[in-house]
Amino acid sequence: MRLVLEKRAEHSRLMTVVSPLLAIGLSLIAGSIMFVMIGVNPAEAIYAFFIEPLTSTWSLEELVVKSAPLVLIAVGLSVCFLSNNWNIGAEGQFTMGAIFGSIIPVLFHGFTGPLALPAMIIMGALGGMFWASIPAFLKTRFGTNEILTSLMLVYIAQYILDYLVRGPWRDPDGFNFPESRLYEADHTMWMLGDGRMHFGAIFALVAVIAVWFMLTKTIKGFEIKVMGQTPRAGQFAGFSRKGIVWFSFLISGAFAGIAGIVEVSGTIGQLTPVISPGYGFTAIIVAFLGRLNPIGILFAGLLLGLSYIGGEAAQVTLGMTDKTTSVFQGMLLFFVLACDTLILYKVRLVKPQPTAGGAHERV
Amino acid sequence: MDVHSQNVIGAKARPELIRASGITKRFGEILANDGVDLTIREGEIHALLGENGAGKSTLVKILYGALEQTSGTIAWKGKEVSISNPAAARKLGIGMVFQHFSLFEALTVVENIALALPKGEKMADLAERIVEVSNRYGLPLDPKALVADLPVGIRQRIEIVRCLLQEPSLLIMDEPTSVLTPQEADELFKTLFRLADEGCAILYISHRLEEVKRICHHATIMRHGRVVSECDPTKETPATLARMMVGEDVHAVKSDHTGAVGDVLIHLDNVSLEADSTFGVALKNISLDVHAGEVVGIAGIAANGQSELFDVISGERLVHENKSIQLLGSEAGRMKINERRRLGAAFVPEERLGHGAVPGLVLSDNVVLTRHSTGDHLIKKTVVNKSGAENMEKRIKVSYDVRMSHDNPEARSLSGGNLQKFVVGRELDRNPKVMVINQPTWGVDAGAAALIRQALINLARNGAAIVVISQDLDEIYEVADRIAVLSRGELSAPEPAQNMTRERIGMLMAGMGEANSNQQEVQHDATGA
Repeated sequence: MRLVLEKRAEHSRLMTVVSPLLAIGLSLIAGSIMFVMIGVNPAEAIYAFFIEPLTSTWSLEELVVKSAPLVLIAVGLSVCFLSNNWNIGAEGQFTMGAIFGSIIPVLFHGFTGPLALPAMIIMGALGGMFWASIPAFLKTRFGTNEILTSLMLVYIAQYILDYLVRGPWRDPDGFNFPESRLYEADHTMWMLGDGRMHFGAIFALVAVIAVWFMLTKTIKGFEIKVMGQTPRAGQFAGFSRKGIVWFSFLISGAFAGIAGIVEVSGTIGQLTPVISPGYGFTAIIVAFLGRLNPIGILFAGLLLGLSYIGGEAAQVTLGMTDKTTSVFQGMLLFFVLACDTLILYKVRLVKPQPTAGGAHERV
Repeated sequence: MDVHSQNVIGAKARPELIRASGITKRFGEILANDGVDLTIREGEIHALLGENGAGKSTLVKILYGALEQTSGTIAWKGKEVSISNPAAARKLGIGMVFQHFSLFEALTVVENIALALPKGEKMADLAERIVEVSNRYGLPLDPKALVADLPVGIRQRIEIVRCLLQEPSLLIMDEPTSVLTPQEADELFKTLFRLADEGCAILYISHRLEEVKRICHHATIMRHGRVVSECDPTKETPATLARMMVGEDVHAVKSDHTGAVGDVLIHLDNVSLEADSTFGVALKNISLDVHAGEVVGIAGIAANGQSELFDVISGERLVHENKSIQLLGSEAGRMKINERRRLGAAFVPEERLGHGAVPGLVLSDNVVLTRHSTGDHLIKKTVVNKSGAENMEKRIKVSYDVRMSHDNPEARSLSGGNLQKFVVGRELDRNPKVMVINQPTWGVDAGAAALIRQALINLARNGAAIVVISQDLDEIYEVADRIAVLSRGELSAPEPAQNMTRERIGMLMAGMGEANSNQQEVQHDATGA
């Protein structure tokens, strides 16, 4: 007996929906094995991770706070991944968006009024686009591999942030802590609810709807998909190879940059050396778990947001290390990619060749 | 060169070499081979005939161990064997020359051959063996030559010699002459006769019926995965062989040359283009005028600049001088592909899946691919008009008889012939004034091929200018009013089809006899090594 992957004539619509669910199920099983191995009751752990956070208003609001940046970044990344541009550096674009957007509240804190916040958001978007344009330029001009360049730029962005908050942008009244000044009221997002939930989640929703419309209805969405699947046919359709690299990097950079400035001005309220628990990287998982479909990404973002909060809860209640969250997210990505195989292939059990004699079935 | 002097008598008396019985191979829903029986005798040149999709390749891959049969048995010299992989096949004495070569261009001849042989032989010894074997069979090779520098005919020799070094008892050849000039093909036949005389059996897969009639002792004909008949091809005519393959008479394409031609709609004036990679072909000073109402056929062997010429006319690659290409009277050398389409030009590339169509998109989306900016109202303020595209897809399906299992499937699920009818129909549906088509019926069954060729001729007779680039000489003769030959990026002056003999085209394909002197050089080098 052996397993054979058999190519389907067309992709399976059923599997498109089932495969992410299957991946979640497999991650839970593998996760349970991991919990047993570190000596925790898997039922308790899964309850702490995925159920408990849904039982209080505070953590539901916190879920929105954590999911919004994931969704916003992942929607931008979906455009990249669909067009076969491997932008792995959303974390860096997020950081650069936060830095550029913070120029106003840190250096021009006297500039207040209703225009201040929109200006910060535009600056944030420009910061993310600027950082994303570097790998785009290197790819279109020199054929450089964007996976490497965009990833390396993450670390550069993080060191720039670190330098700024420890050096020139350090708060003069901050007792030497490596932090920027606290932002004025006009420089922070409007709060919603009792906790840390703020207006920034709206950007994620708008991005979901806008990109969904673009991908499913417009010729631009068509171009993105064609260039991603078959660039040669895309050229035959009159689409530009370089154009699509620039478009996808700039749009994902802008979204990541907005997520960055929104996080800083809404959730944190100042620049600190670390402003993200890895949103830019987790968003890659969100994008794939959501099948690169903005609506799917919305739900995937909520699930991964939950894993952050659940990880914190499990740390408190079960004394588990916070690395558990990363391992869990990693397993999820692994299973998502593996299960995607089922969309174009079906698995069949093949019995070994019967020995001569019984095999003559003349039709 | 008398190739008819083969001794056919006594073929039946030879001992059986391989007997495949009841071979069945199932791919999901599809029965690619359905209880196939095939017997090949020693020293026999055995033709395997059938349309695309008839199951020939599947059967051959099973014999060569590249696929495993679902059921059925294979006996080699009377003993039942299981051929689980190509290495096992080679061990038995089965060699195969593939249609698409598997050579590394950056390596030399001897290095390429060494890769396929068991380890342990010294390069110098192997080089000597190559020279010895290749000369014995009239296939001279220079072991030290770099594959990238060699023409296709010589590359095929490398593949053949690679098999011969293992002293096979059965040599399988898949469409060996599709890349050869008529003269090169004659040379190949001589080699095959010599091999057969020495007792080596040859399984010869081809759709060129003239050839099969000329060289094969026996033919097995397949249709829809089954063996439908066996015959002695020397006693048949190409027409009777074709009928056995297709199961019905193939419609003859009617061309009725009128001779009357109109304005020049395609004008190429000294078009040159650099090669885009080490293995690309540069175009050199190509000039061509195509008039309204005529079909110009461009013959040539693979990789002599066909795709480059196509790209330059379609606008996928731009030339420096705007005026060196004129389409329908407009200077178009710097125009992008969609601007050229808006002038009234239409293009069908060689590769259906991956160039002419996106495999993972449904057909209506593939309509949008080439017609989104041709004034067909498929885009309204950036939004794609999906129902409009679906209507077009239905119209093309009906007009060009595109058969599909359910409505509007993904392009990859269509068979080659049906997808080609769709890709050609998508452009004909626009009623273009200029059409450039590369390999219009490559890998397409005879019925679909006749339909496509007739549609092209009808389009020309209604006043369009058409360029057909093809490696299939029969096709060129069937559709073309004038014929030009593309060789190493240079185009010969087009001449009326009735004045062009196959011999003349063959000479032009080889670059005016230039290839002959090359061959002598190789021979000289090889013997000197």
